[in-house]
Amino acid sequence: MPPMSRSVAGIQPDRATLVRRLKNILPVHCLLVEDEDLRPYECDGLTAYREMPLAVCLPENEGQVVDVLRTCHQLGVPVVARGAGTGLSGGAMPHAEGVVLSLARFNRILKVDRDSRTAVVQPGVRNLAVSEAAAPFGLYYAPDPSSQIACTLGGNVAENSGGVHCLKYGLTVHNVLRIRMVSIEGEIFEIGSGAPDAPGYDLLALCIGSEGLLGVVTEVTVKLVPKPELAQVVMASFDDVAQAGDAVAAIIAAGIIPAGLEMMDKPATAAVEPFVKAGYDLDAAAILLCESDGTPEEVAEEIARVRAVLTGCGARDLRVSQSEVERLRFWAGRKAAFPAVGRITPDYYCMDGTIPRKRLAEMLAAIAAMETKYGLRCANVFHAGDGNLHPLIMYDMSKPGDWEKAEAFGAEILELSVALGGSITGEHGVGIEKINQMCVQYATPELETFHAVKAAFDDKRLLNPEKAIPSLHRCAEYGRMHVHRGELKFPDLERF
Amino acid sequence: MTLDEIVAAVRAAHAGHTPLRLRGAGSKDFYGGLLAGEVLDLSGHRGIVDYEPTELYVTAKCGTPLTEIEAALAEHGQMLACEPPRFAGATLGGCVAAGLSGPRRMQAGAVRDFVLGVKLVDGRGQVLNFGGQVMKNVAGYDVSRLIAGSLGTLGVIAEATLKVLPKPVAETTLEFACAADEAVRRLNDWGAQPLPVSASFWHEGRLWLRLSGAAAAVDAAARKLGGKALADAGCIWEDIREQRHAAFVAPVLWRVALPSTAPTLAVDGLQAIEWGGALRWYAGEIDAAAIRAAASAAGGHATLYRAPESLRCRVDPFTPLPPALLALHRRLKKVFDPAGILNPGRLYAEF
Repeated sequence: MPPMSRSVAGIQPDRATLVRRLKNILPVHCLLVEDEDLRPYECDGLTAYREMPLAVCLPENEGQVVDVLRTCHQLGVPVVARGAGTGLSGGAMPHAEGVVLSLARFNRILKVDRDSRTAVVQPGVRNLAVSEAAAPFGLYYAPDPSSQIACTLGGNVAENSGGVHCLKYGLTVHNVLRIRMVSIEGEIFEIGSGAPDAPGYDLLALCIGSEGLLGVVTEVTVKLVPKPELAQVVMASFDDVAQAGDAVAAIIAAGIIPAGLEMMDKPATAAVEPFVKAGYDLDAAAILLCESDGTPEEVAEEIARVRAVLTGCGARDLRVSQSEVERLRFWAGRKAAFPAVGRITPDYYCMDGTIPRKRLAEMLAAIAAMETKYGLRCANVFHAGDGNLHPLIMYDMSKPGDWEKAEAFGAEILELSVALGGSITGEHGVGIEKINQMCVQYATPELETFHAVKAAFDDKRLLNPEKAIPSLHRCAEYGRMHVHRGELKFPDLERF
Repeated sequence: MTLDEIVAAVRAAHAGHTPLRLRGAGSKDFYGGLLAGEVLDLSGHRGIVDYEPTELYVTAKCGTPLTEIEAALAEHGQMLACEPPRFAGATLGGCVAAGLSGPRRMQAGAVRDFVLGVKLVDGRGQVLNFGGQVMKNVAGYDVSRLIAGSLGTLGVIAEATLKVLPKPVAETTLEFACAADEAVRRLNDWGAQPLPVSASFWHEGRLWLRLSGAAAAVDAAARKLGGKALADAGCIWEDIREQRHAAFVAPVLWRVALPSTAPTLAVDGLQAIEWGGALRWYAGEIDAAAIRAAASAAGGHATLYRAPESLRCRVDPFTPLPPALLALHRRLKKVFDPAGILNPGRLYAEF
């Protein structure tokens, strides 16, 4: 792990001054400064990267957020905003010379409106809580990251979170109508609106997925959608992963956009089945889960078409959920894939590349070769509908050198994702984790533009510094160790 | 016209501080601030670069007519689901730059929702690639979607990649008789139910509703909703998409975007209601301050969409921004176009 502690713009904040100033603006129960209180904040869901902050602020209202940001701006102190800390890219990892701004106490659902199908929530509200609050109206909030019982809307906005249903229902950016955001200077911006668009530039799109680098969100208006009357899932098993990949393309080619389309390879089903007993075919090289939702008529029609396509693609076994209980059981395995893999290995490292679907077989063959190269096992779960692959690299943190191997394994997968025409991250964000791979995905002029955009919002670079967008210096260093894009990084690709 | 030629033209304009007016087919010249600058004709930079039906994307150069793209998609049963207006030869570049969406917007999403990536020539003449061809990509700021609707003020959209979707298997249109208030009430009520409503349009006491989806679902919804089924309603939706319908012909037309539940504004001249109640069109000599105040009080905004030059030179086309937001816009404009040469004044007079 690279050393993270570096001062921003050469300013060395005096901790005592900072704490005194924060004590002036926050009640005593809203400020943590003792080591044992700070410890729980030292990392997010990516536990391999840790850093202790100088202080943790837990404001209870927007005025306090403004005051904390203004104070930090004056003192030149970095600020890392944090929701539930479930992120998987280290985006909420503290800065050693900065404060963590936790939005945990912004946990109120301010309004759920059936007629306009919107909810206004504070950023610390959990994703699933929004759907629960909307359920009495027959509505729900569509983006459903697998951490939805814990992750917050503020974090979802920062990461542009997806989920298993985003091929049909979109990402966070497609489901958020408005945010209220405080700049590092303490200025409040209303971005977007309850109307379908807002005057001026689409700042909503720019801010969603900006990983806490542009502002701190204090309120979110989300779109709610009617809960489908029925959902059914088809489970198909295949003898060959390439065949399963072709089946995904065939479903799309048949004009079907399933509500969910997920694939798991054999190591993944083997890890999951003893844990969840979902009834997965353990002899299959890959299984597909294809969900259809809508009115009963719509679902019946679509399921019939999906069955025909999958049979035509050589599925060796097909099962259609016959009840809600069975549907949830089929999904339970997929949703439990991460913890299930966590049971069979001391540690695992989850990757998040996206690739064009047609390159899937190539990618899986390459990952198999990397397993041999690094001497580590890998299970693959795949949001097949939108090309978002989550390889779970298994390693043992207590074994010297294992983490470094896992990290290199992951980096190679991400760089291959770019080489295959995809991206280093589909939904988990860059954070600190993929900062080097950003140098592979983007060239200097794009990175310079990103830095300039950042400066338009935060010219002292105090909000979540050293995350998401690498410095050109860092890329130059990384480039000396790695061959850059365009220079045939994978000359042996064709043998896969 | 090649990418190199676009780059050369922008570099020369940057060096000489010459304002450029970016133009595809010119089909939306009426929209936004008054045209200024030397025309940079992009219609020659055309052609589909890449279309992968099973990957659900199409990449094309900016001057490619939407009709050409849609013809290619139709061969594979696919469409541009945001249904952007084609007007007279509208191009992909103009479609993304203006960000105008059509009847299917509330069900399927707006142009910005379908933008996956852009190749941009910024105001210095640098070629920048943002986004890509995959559905999910959260690496870096989402600049491609920021570009949608920026009216060419942040860069020349040399190429764009849009997500495409399959055409629905079945569509049918229902007609109801009702007043505007009642239409808004019904549309919101239907919107909160799992019904396959893909478009709506109210004009002079009549409400049309388009249902799209699986044949069985469309039939079931049509039976449930009642109304009068129109056997061949394709023309209505085409006329609305192309704004050839009688509701759009007035010389002065205001576009008012609102929360879908907003009550009827206390403004005369309501012509049409689209998008489940969220888009309303007003015609006639309306006081700009009055309609903007009414829209703003209802949680939305009013755009002077089409007007003679005598009015356009006196009234800002778009609702003025609060000072802090305007300052942020100017800083972003400077990031992409430091010399201020790209479509100056087309979005706001200040930049």
